Amino acid sequence: MKRVGVFVCHCGSNIAGTVDCAAVVAAARRIPAVAYAEDNKYTCSEVGQEQIRKAVQTHNLDRVVVAACSPRMHEATFRKTIASVGLNPYMLEIANLREQCSWVHSDRQAATAKAIDLVRLAVAKVLYNKPLFTSTLPVKKRAVVIGGGIAGIQAALDIAEAGHPVTLIERSQSIGGRMAQLDKTFPTLDCSSCILMPRMVDVGAHPMIDLMTYSEVEEVDGFIGNFRVKVRQRAKSVDHSKCTGCGECTEKCPTQVPAEFEAGLGERKAIYTDFPQAVPNKPVIDRDHCRYFLDGKCGICRKVCQADAIDYTQTDRQVEIEAGAIVVATGFDLFDPAKYGEYGGGRYPDVITGLQFERLISASGPTNGEIRRPSDGRVPETIAFIKCVGSRDEAHGVPYCSRVCCMYTAKQAMLVKEHAKDSKVYIFYIDVRAAGKGYEEFYQRAQTDAGATYVRGRVAKIFPRGEKLVLWAEDTLIGKQLELEVDLVVLATGIVAREGAVEFAQKMGISYDGHRFYSEAHPKLRPVDTNVDGIFLAGACQGPKDIPDTVAQASAAAVKVCSIFSKEELETNAMVATVDENICAGCFHCRAVCPSGAIDSKILHAWVAGQDVTRRVATVNSGVCQGCGSCAAACPSGAMNVGGFSNEQILGEVEAL
Amino acid sequence: MNKSKRDWEPRLVGFLCNWCSYAGADLAGTSRMQYPPNMRVIRVPCSSRVRPEFILRALQKGADGVLVAGCHPGDCHYTTGNYYTRRRFQVIKRLLTFLGVDPRRVMASWISAAEGGKYQQVVTEFVETIRELGPCDFRPTNGQIFVPAADERTDLGVVS
Ligand SMILES: Cc1cc2nc3c(=O)[nH]c(=O)nc-3n(C[C@H](O)[C@H](O)[C@H](O)COP(=O)(O)OP(=O)(O)OC[C@H]3O[C@@H](n4cnc5c(N)ncnc54)[C@H](O)[C@@H]3O)c2cc1C
Ligand code: FES
Repeated sequence: MKRVGVFVCHCGSNIAGTVDCAAVVAAARRIPAVAYAEDNKYTCSEVGQEQIRKAVQTHNLDRVVVAACSPRMHEATFRKTIASVGLNPYMLEIANLREQCSWVHSDRQAATAKAIDLVRLAVAKVLYNKPLFTSTLPVKKRAVVIGGGIAGIQAALDIAEAGHPVTLIERSQSIGGRMAQLDKTFPTLDCSSCILMPRMVDVGAHPMIDLMTYSEVEEVDGFIGNFRVKVRQRAKSVDHSKCTGCGECTEKCPTQVPAEFEAGLGERKAIYTDFPQAVPNKPVIDRDHCRYFLDGKCGICRKVCQADAIDYTQTDRQVEIEAGAIVVATGFDLFDPAKYGEYGGGRYPDVITGLQFERLISASGPTNGEIRRPSDGRVPETIAFIKCVGSRDEAHGVPYCSRVCCMYTAKQAMLVKEHAKDSKVYIFYIDVRAAGKGYEEFYQRAQTDAGATYVRGRVAKIFPRGEKLVLWAEDTLIGKQLELEVDLVVLATGIVAREGAVEFAQKMGISYDGHRFYSEAHPKLRPVDTNVDGIFLAGACQGPKDIPDTVAQASAAAVKVCSIFSKEELETNAMVATVDENICAGCFHCRAVCPSGAIDSKILHAWVAGQDVTRRVATVNSGVCQGCGSCAAACPSGAMNVGGFSNEQILGEVEAL
Repeated sequence: MNKSKRDWEPRLVGFLCNWCSYAGADLAGTSRMQYPPNMRVIRVPCSSRVRPEFILRALQKGADGVLVAGCHPGDCHYTTGNYYTRRRFQVIKRLLTFLGVDPRRVMASWISAAEGGKYQQVVTEFVETIRELGPCDFRPTNGQIFVPAADERTDLGVVS
């Protein structure tokens, strides 16, 4: 015989003020399966919990209904209470008498009638509750970090410093990401390389970090604690165990290719490192451009290499890594300004992007840090910066603010003063957003110290006139049309998701938003988690972000990873799907609707009339199952069920209506 | 369940997903938003947990209207659950029409954890709709529903 105990909470006057709790108890006592019922002033208090414990023992209760506040509030509390007197914690149901009854109704009679119904429903459900158990899974204590920008670098170093091995996977020849391309950084104007390079070197030298550059993730499966990550390491054509990084090959290579790192303003060789301080500082051969690979001639690099490190026969390598947690830090791309036809659509060489400007002012950049026009190499006398190109522009599909452009434009205006102090600077803006520590002060300095003229208004058109570029704009503060002749235009292009972000997200099983940035599990309370347990986000792949925020997020992700690694075993969710193999017909409708990939198939054998008959049925990986119940709704035979929300439990409630 | 015309009050059942709509209903409570007491809520992990038979059985058991509420499209805690709910609903509505039940008696709604006000509004309006439609008469003509005895049902593992 099932013996249910019902405990009705007054919650002070929160429930008792509108609901007649004594009447609810009396009604509960009339339900045949209810062996005991009582009301308490505060059931969640220590006194109230002790009452439950005592009642369970004296009345030999095997399941409990608490009629109190929302289960979202105290379900966990009361599960612990009944577990402490030997019941399975899942032999509990909550009737929500506060948030969904006493607080939303004022008619005492109607509220009491509803409360009685809610208790009847909960009792009807708890009659079908079954003990549920968690299981444990071992944890592989290695992290995979994907993307070697500042986000990935920080996360990898933090995890490694905590004593856990890390594999850092970077697509390019070197780690460093966008930050390596920057000259100086707001709001402190410290040189980007000076603060980044030491960390890159730390990554390269750290005994716990396994750095895989020129590599790409091909496939991920598994689940928290037990991921399998397949990585393809592209052939570098250089044996890095022999290479000394002397640079002789790069020097002698006859092929020039536009350099990705220089954002189209400079060139590199076909055997190259991304930049002089690259980590690893050993080159790779770009087979798409190398003459040896294109027509079999050349081979100069092999001839000049003293270390005999050039190896044209290398092939791509497939590596499989077992990891307990993954950090995604794949960064961002920049909005393509060619989409703005009114700004020349990419046809005017002296209309450049903010990132190209960073390269122009970088001492290691294509002009050795001198601001020179790409068209004729002249030092510009007037420079116009245009903000929000590909930000806050619904018409171009980018309604959001890119968060860094206001600040990097202010920074670049200040750096103009350092590099070409006689140049005049105009900045066209919609609003100035400088909401960070020290940011407003920094923006003010751009006006006062650097003398930049801020003009409020969008530029309508840019067109060439002789050697100059003409800007048409409206100064919306004085309501006047402007025409301005300048020598160089810098477009503060916004931050967009990486090309291929959607395909990557699908590979990982993580979700992304309408702008293809990866989605956090909760915008406020779980900002670095994804919808997949054990996969975390860091940096601009989750949304536009500056370096301080990127680093903070990366460290947060590292802590999340370390907290997983602090346990030897992980406890799985108890409320997961189960299969009744006796009636599963193997149709796999469940697999099609499962969002977590938790359903596999297995073969059952049976001896029928002396023959081995096989049958394919579904099986649930309880480590992966999140318990949503989609499968149980899709299952035609009712073989799929969900612990805690089983067909029997829900129909029990329905029948008590 | 009392269905005499005179003192008839609409009986509604709401299947609310735990992550958004149930939390939205809680928020309506925390914000003390008043709505009619006709709804009985059944908590489900996700709107996609709702088997069509839950809805049919609720109508058979005397519910006059059934609400299924979940997260907004794209916000499902399990990413895609509510897309299945949305598609299943197209079918359920047609099935009900075929069975002679006014399809307005079942509705799906997307209510986020922040939308206490929307929950209040949905419940209030749904009660009104059902009040206008009157009592639902969707019961087997012989007045009997085949329900296996409780314990048998658990053992069968199937409820149908
Ligand atoms: C013009 C400009 C100026 C800026 N100036 C400043 C400034 O002064 N101060 C400031 O705080 N911020 C500034 N920022 C912002 C700053 O650049 C970003 O905050 C920072 O670079 C974000 O770092 P990240 O690691 O998230 O991304 P990224 O720097 O983009 O790094 C991502 C890395 O992941 C790699 N990757 C991508 N996909 C894959 C894949 N599938 N597999 C393996 N590897 C992959 C990429 O190759 C790259 O190395 C500026 C931005 C711009 C555009
Ligand atoms: S969790 Fe709310 S609809 Fe899926």
